[in-house]
Amino acid sequence: MAAARSSFLNLLVTLTIVTLVASLSLGYVYEWTKEPIARAQMAKQLKAIESVVSGYDNNPVLESYRLPTPNGKDSLDFFPAKKKGELIGVAVKTKSSKAYNGDIWLMVGFNVKGEIQNIFVIEHKETPGLGSKMTTPKFLQQFMGRNLTTMKLTVKKEGGDVDAITGATISTRAFSGAVQTAYETFINSASHGAVN
Amino acid sequence: MEQSISLKDNFLKGVIKENPVFVLLLGCCPTLGVTSSAVNGLGMGAATAFVLVMSNLAIALVKNVIPDKVRIPAFIVIIAAFVTVVQLLMAAYTPALNEQLGLFIPLIVVNCIVLGRAEAFASRNTAVASMIDGLGMGVGFTFALLLLGTIRELLGSLSVFGYKLVDADGILIFVLAPGAFITLGFIIATMKWLKNRENIKSH
Repeated sequence: MAAARSSFLNLLVTLTIVTLVASLSLGYVYEWTKEPIARAQMAKQLKAIESVVSGYDNNPVLESYRLPTPNGKDSLDFFPAKKKGELIGVAVKTKSSKAYNGDIWLMVGFNVKGEIQNIFVIEHKETPGLGSKMTTPKFLQQFMGRNLTTMKLTVKKEGGDVDAITGATISTRAFSGAVQTAYETFINSASHGAVN
Repeated sequence: MEQSISLKDNFLKGVIKENPVFVLLLGCCPTLGVTSSAVNGLGMGAATAFVLVMSNLAIALVKNVIPDKVRIPAFIVIIAAFVTVVQLLMAAYTPALNEQLGLFIPLIVVNCIVLGRAEAFASRNTAVASMIDGLGMGVGFTFALLLLGTIRELLGSLSVFGYKLVDADGILIFVLAPGAFITLGFIIATMKWLKNRENIKSH
């Protein structure tokens, strides 16, 4: 190999040039992909919102706002769905850190009466075949159209109303907790006049 | 000596004779980690193949101006740059796959196949030969991950490329980590058996 000499200056110059060229090209690619990445993220949020509230004609992402949870420890993103300027529902992005593996992110859709329209699982890292069943209609169905004043969000063996996923009680509990947080924040905001 | 082998043989050795996963047993971390479905295996394989081809090419082009003492850091910077490019491109154009593969994309940087080919091949061969070597290794890696992913998805979720064949639960363990080890073991054993049988025949 006709490699260059390993003098100190030579090493210094080589490494500097290599890193400089690498970072310059990365900066270029970053600029180039910035727009598409932002668009992909917007599309992902809109897809989640679309599946939990329906019939709106505004862009909920552009009108989103953030509200603190009642216990003040966290804050959640609210996406208002409006038709002809009138509020018809709200999608709330909520999460739980008490899952079996990593965080669970959910989008919960409420109508103006405070009933759950639908729930969309944005992200989870639960065990495939066990906790991952939270994305199936069979599990999600039990929440649809329910008003949480009449549904207790704990699993059945703890006296609640949630049918746990077999073998994934922890995931179910985390999922229910996230929905509960979304609901409490939503009701709290409604009583303070943020949603009317 | 390396110059004497044809481009075709150079390409094919990565796919079969020196398949990175089944024969060299390199890159087991993504191999076992992401192959819970065929799509994941294919995506991971394609991303790694891109990095292999590009970094082999770049390293073969600059090998003569890099002093020996700093060649590893220089190679790693080049590889890391290409991995970041892949990650940005995937986030922009295949966001769903990017989320599925998650941490395993940045981990291509430390995949032993990539640095291994840079050291063993690209740093002492021409640019074209290095690209072909990277392509062969990349295709071999992709083939291995796709095979593993397809078998695990078929047995574990009873589906092929996300298309459900039977509406029932599969054998859960094949989707989980132990299933990866079991499947890889059986594939390697099968390949050894085929190879041995060939050797006996030719004697």
